[in-house]
Amino acid sequence: MNTYLKIKILAVLIIVSTSVIAQQTPALKQTKSVLILNAVAHIGNGQVIENSAIGFKNGKINLVADARVIRLAADAYDTIIKASGKHVYPSFISPNSTLGLVEIDAVNASDDMNEIGEYNPHIRSLIAYNAESQVVESVRPNGILIAQITPRGGRISGTSSIVQLDAWNWKDAVIKEDDGIHINWPSTFRRAGFRSENRTLEPNKDYSKQTDELITFFNNSKTYLKGKQSEKNVVFEAMNGLFDGKKILYIHTNEEKSIIDAVQFAKYQGVSKMVIVEGYEAYKVTDLLRENNIPVLLRRVHDLPLMANDDVDLPYKLAKLLTDKGVLVGLENSGDMERMNTRNLPFYAGTTAAYGLNKEQALSLITLNTAKILGIDNICGSLEEGKDATLFISEGDALDMRTNKLVHAFIQGRKISLETHQTKLFKRYTEKYKNQ
Amino acid sequence: MLLLLVSFFSEMILAQEYFPKNDGVHQVNQNYTAFINAKIFITPTEIIENGTLLIQNKKIMAVGSQVKIPNNTNIVDLKGKYIYPSFIDMYTDFGIEKQRAQRNFFTSAQYESKKEGYYWNEHVKPEFNAFETFIYDEKKAEEYLQAGFGVVGTHLQDGVARGTGLLVALNNFDNNNTRFLSSKISQHFGFTRSTNSQQSYPSSLMGMIALLKQFYHDANWYKNGNASVKDIALEALLANQNLVQIFDAGDKFNSLRADKIANEFGLNYILKGSGNEFESIQEIKNTKASFIIPVNFSDAYDVADPFLTNQLELSDLRNWSQEPFNLKILSDNNINFAITTDGLKSLKSLKSNLIKAINHGFDKTKALESLTTIPANLLGKQHEIGSLKQGYLANFIITSGDIFEEKSTLYENWVQGKKYVVNDFTVKDIRGAYLLTLNNEEYKLKIDGELTKLKSDITKDSIKFTSNLSYKDGWISILITNKEKDQTTFSRITGLVSDVSNLNGEAILSNGNKVAWSANKTDDFKEKSEKKVEISVPKLFPITHPNTAFGSIEKPIQETLLIKNTTLWTNEKEGILKNVDILLKKGKIAQIGNNLTDATAKVIDGTGKHVTPGIIDEHSHIGASGGINEGGHNASSEVSLQDVINSEDINIYRNLAGGVTISQILHGSANPIGGQSAILKLKWGVAPDELLYPNQPKFIKFALGENVKQSNFRAANPTRFPQSRMGVEQVYNDYFQRAKEYDLVWKKYNQLSPKEKAKTKAPRYDIELNTIAEILNKERFITCHSYVQSEISMLMNLTEKFGFNVRTFTHILEGYKVADMMKSHGVGGSTFSDWWAYKYEVKDAIPYNGAIMHEQGVMVAFNSDDAEMSRRLNQEAAKAVKYGGVSEEDALKFVTLNPAILLKIDDKVGSLKVGKDADVVLWNEHPLSIYAKPLKTIVDGTLYYDVEKDEKLRQQNFAERNELINLMLQEKNKGNNTQIPQRKQPTQYHCDTLEESINSEHNH
Repeated sequence: MNTYLKIKILAVLIIVSTSVIAQQTPALKQTKSVLILNAVAHIGNGQVIENSAIGFKNGKINLVADARVIRLAADAYDTIIKASGKHVYPSFISPNSTLGLVEIDAVNASDDMNEIGEYNPHIRSLIAYNAESQVVESVRPNGILIAQITPRGGRISGTSSIVQLDAWNWKDAVIKEDDGIHINWPSTFRRAGFRSENRTLEPNKDYSKQTDELITFFNNSKTYLKGKQSEKNVVFEAMNGLFDGKKILYIHTNEEKSIIDAVQFAKYQGVSKMVIVEGYEAYKVTDLLRENNIPVLLRRVHDLPLMANDDVDLPYKLAKLLTDKGVLVGLENSGDMERMNTRNLPFYAGTTAAYGLNKEQALSLITLNTAKILGIDNICGSLEEGKDATLFISEGDALDMRTNKLVHAFIQGRKISLETHQTKLFKRYTEKYKNQ
Repeated sequence: MLLLLVSFFSEMILAQEYFPKNDGVHQVNQNYTAFINAKIFITPTEIIENGTLLIQNKKIMAVGSQVKIPNNTNIVDLKGKYIYPSFIDMYTDFGIEKQRAQRNFFTSAQYESKKEGYYWNEHVKPEFNAFETFIYDEKKAEEYLQAGFGVVGTHLQDGVARGTGLLVALNNFDNNNTRFLSSKISQHFGFTRSTNSQQSYPSSLMGMIALLKQFYHDANWYKNGNASVKDIALEALLANQNLVQIFDAGDKFNSLRADKIANEFGLNYILKGSGNEFESIQEIKNTKASFIIPVNFSDAYDVADPFLTNQLELSDLRNWSQEPFNLKILSDNNINFAITTDGLKSLKSLKSNLIKAINHGFDKTKALESLTTIPANLLGKQHEIGSLKQGYLANFIITSGDIFEEKSTLYENWVQGKKYVVNDFTVKDIRGAYLLTLNNEEYKLKIDGELTKLKSDITKDSIKFTSNLSYKDGWISILITNKEKDQTTFSRITGLVSDVSNLNGEAILSNGNKVAWSANKTDDFKEKSEKKVEISVPKLFPITHPNTAFGSIEKPIQETLLIKNTTLWTNEKEGILKNVDILLKKGKIAQIGNNLTDATAKVIDGTGKHVTPGIIDEHSHIGASGGINEGGHNASSEVSLQDVINSEDINIYRNLAGGVTISQILHGSANPIGGQSAILKLKWGVAPDELLYPNQPKFIKFALGENVKQSNFRAANPTRFPQSRMGVEQVYNDYFQRAKEYDLVWKKYNQLSPKEKAKTKAPRYDIELNTIAEILNKERFITCHSYVQSEISMLMNLTEKFGFNVRTFTHILEGYKVADMMKSHGVGGSTFSDWWAYKYEVKDAIPYNGAIMHEQGVMVAFNSDDAEMSRRLNQEAAKAVKYGGVSEEDALKFVTLNPAILLKIDDKVGSLKVGKDADVVLWNEHPLSIYAKPLKTIVDGTLYYDVEKDEKLRQQNFAERNELINLMLQEKNKGNNTQIPQRKQPTQYHCDTLEESINSEHNH
């Protein structure tokens, strides 16, 4: 056995042993200032700098400039990353996500996304968020570095929080705690039965009753919050912040009528910040949404039309239909296998570009627009001075599968690992075959 | 004129002639009844204007224009009235108790039959005889009688083989000895599970088809004395094979499926349809079968609420307007059919629905035939019922006029010579204007309306009094309010009518005093002069191919197409060719080169665009009906997806819009040995069978892991083997071994000389084992759902022991761990690009899987298993570039050439080469780009998706939808019945979609 082979075996052993610790160790605090030079910078707000200079220090972006114009001292930055031909992007953001709440869909014991009960504003996703999830780790190499962790189920499913995806624990991870409350708005049309091949959908006879319940619940919450609260009601208490604009109300619904009702509801309840989530038929009420300043976190782009007679490409072009009418749109990804599919978020955006938007508009759907909708655009969402250095460099167009290849990613300036459970297995078995 | 010579043999056939009689003396009644001066429909086409019908006891003794009437005859004058043969409904469940569902979700699944002495499956029960449980339902009979029926066929509408039906006369005055025209007239089949059985198999439509086929095979084998056991069910099937065979298909495609079974076994089914036959009329006609057709037309939807209306599919709206044309279209195509009331909410709606069909162009004579002579013929009773001829049963109806006119009244329905009065025509017509004298005051009384539903109008000067008239059994009675607005005090007048010009009787005033009243006729009743409304035949909205949204009026046709100056991804050694032309002609790639011309070709400018071979999806579940899994058994190699192709699934069109031209439709993964697959050429607007890839290689789906061991829906007391990966191996081992032995037995038997054969018992033909034997004989190939390396190695090992290879591992997410073994076994991997984490067994699934297997020399494809992903498999292929750095050309092959090779169809498809099938896609740009979309998808030289045509179809959809909604609004405005909007939500099948499953999460 020659030395070379020994080293090789050792290398394999190291890989094997490191894979026992499944998760990537969170990156150390960035102590140096960093300059990314000559990359095509996609700002996130529609702008592109073809040959850019992006600098950050102490976790914040402090330079966004055209490299051909800017003059910098040689020692202005500790580290210079030459990224000619590469592309730099602000972090993609995954809203309405259950990352870290479930590890493996079919393994019940790993599932923490759904609580029993109908009115659960007090249920907080943050404390169940598993910062060491292998699924969370797997979405980072595709550019998703921030997510809004959201509970599921019930009429009010609970309170979400926004996290960055490189952390030891949820306390480290949190960017914005308890940012919003999520309502699953009643459907006007619902399934009559579950059995048999063709399930019948029919008008929901309880629709008014269900919306009335919501109104009653909101009224009670407000009344409670105005009172002395000498005996605590944790459920009503959790509604605090919704009526003074500190929390955002996310109403999950798809139907035209439900959207109209939800908008009226929020207005009547004095909720100042409200977002439609999913919004399949939002394109039918764009005037209402625009006039009331209500953005949409649009349902998964890679989906089938809900009806046979809908345009074949309707899910692909909804973002375009809404954007053209002046509605602020972000993309969300709830649905079948939603956690693992988070890493396809950039390709959802890319598809909206294939179906009408320009590429930078498409990029905004998963960066600045989403940051604005979630109320975190002061710290992320675009490559702008003063914002967090939560960004990445890709070999090429990050909205296209072929060129979405991250070379570096930073969260609040920290250079994070792009390795995953999966890349390790890739290397391990590549090695195995090489050595045969 | 026809002169009928009547032979007056006495009709002595009284049912009880040999019964002892203890409640009186024996009586024989030999009197006749003659109906004279009537318009008589001897048959729908043989009509006497002023004829006589002579009956005695149960039978018709004579009919004609000059019938000699014996002295002992009661004469009924039917001047102006019509006599028709009474109707026959050969498809009812009259008098048969409905089976009750026995479902208990909390007990273990039942895999074996609980019946002993019968077939192994409870859903086939040919031994059931309807007559044995039949209870004559007098009340229900009255409903039939009022609708004009005299005879019905009835049977148990439950199960796959349903037993025999009986034919019964609706004679409310005698007992079953008289009523039964045949205690066993028909043998019945259908595509439904038995309601009162919990036996798991069959859980799918393809399972029911396979079960029935096996049942017929077994019956033939049993018949020839090869069985060593007794089987009451097989004996019953055989014993009843000479009866009328009726198959409840219940859908146009199911009719075609039932017809295929009939052809395979040399049977002759009468197919009970559903009313949507017009949508596939050519295929329906090609069956050459006779049909039983329902007339349960749906009400218009209430489309007043625009939001709810949005939830309606165009096809549902369209169906409402088209379905009343069904009978006309069937009849125009010379398809023989009887009409049934089956499916009608009320028998009263039969007449209005028939009139509706007639207004939609259905011929009245045909209507009458399909209710009389045709069912009589189909039942083989054309010499007893259905016509009014000498010797036939005296089953007829008397009407005021043309029975298919709204205005006509059905008076009497005679069955077996017994009168049932529907509306009394002997009643005196008291309609007219009268001067009513009551309590010394004079009023004007007007009586009008239908004779069966009279209305009264009482006025004095300008004051109108509320009144309510009833007229029954010759008595008139009117309830009158005393004052115009006072609704609390009443006078009641009654009187027995003898002279219609002067009505009189007694009245009781509100104070209780009795006074006489009279009413003298001042004016005769005048029928309101009918405004001649021109009944225009309603518009027939075009029946498109398929008859759903995005269907085309014209069937798509093959064209000569020349795509000029484009970038060609050949998948051949030429690689990617730039600035070339490709000519598609007669369904094949005719030429590739520069400056091509063809005078007949439609030229398409391909500048800046890309042309690739059509995308091939090795693992898909679109376009199937009635379930994708037959999970009722742990092995189901007898079922075939080819039996249940649904060419109208919108996902076919959506897939075409994503550039897919071929899909292998696989059985799901509910059991280790699944079903036979169907390789489809995706074509939109053709019949199901036209989708089948010609002479396709035979494949079967196997499955390993969590799904087959029921890990994720494990019952409390699992009863199905296997429950572990250890057991999975043994299932295969068992089946391979048995199939090997089975094959040997047959091979030996087939080598026998005819003489020896005659002396030897034939082996039983077993579709399930026969299919496995095909695998062993390398005539059928396995594509196996698989995840973890242990099970993958297991199956390769085992099949090697039995001397064959697995063709393809599908999903194969841990293929990268055993890629070298796969390579040496020679199996391909058809995997997902990046799926993982949905089950424990995909914990180690990595998106580099495809790249590693490819690198190791395994034939790699990316598949969808999902109707959504399949329409952008080009994007999935591009992920192979991202994860693992596969070259773009090789990546495209993952979804084109490589699946073609795995499916053994690469001689015809998968690359662009002269002579291969013209299955190509024109893309707006680089096909692996996220920004790429198909502009045209061509299969066999026919354009099945075209982005420009699609745009037109959208506009048509919109316009047609609006037009239909307007029609429905008119319908509501007219006061006609409407129904609340609702629609069917079709299941999108995945590997693990079980019909029984109510869990909406998929486990793939």
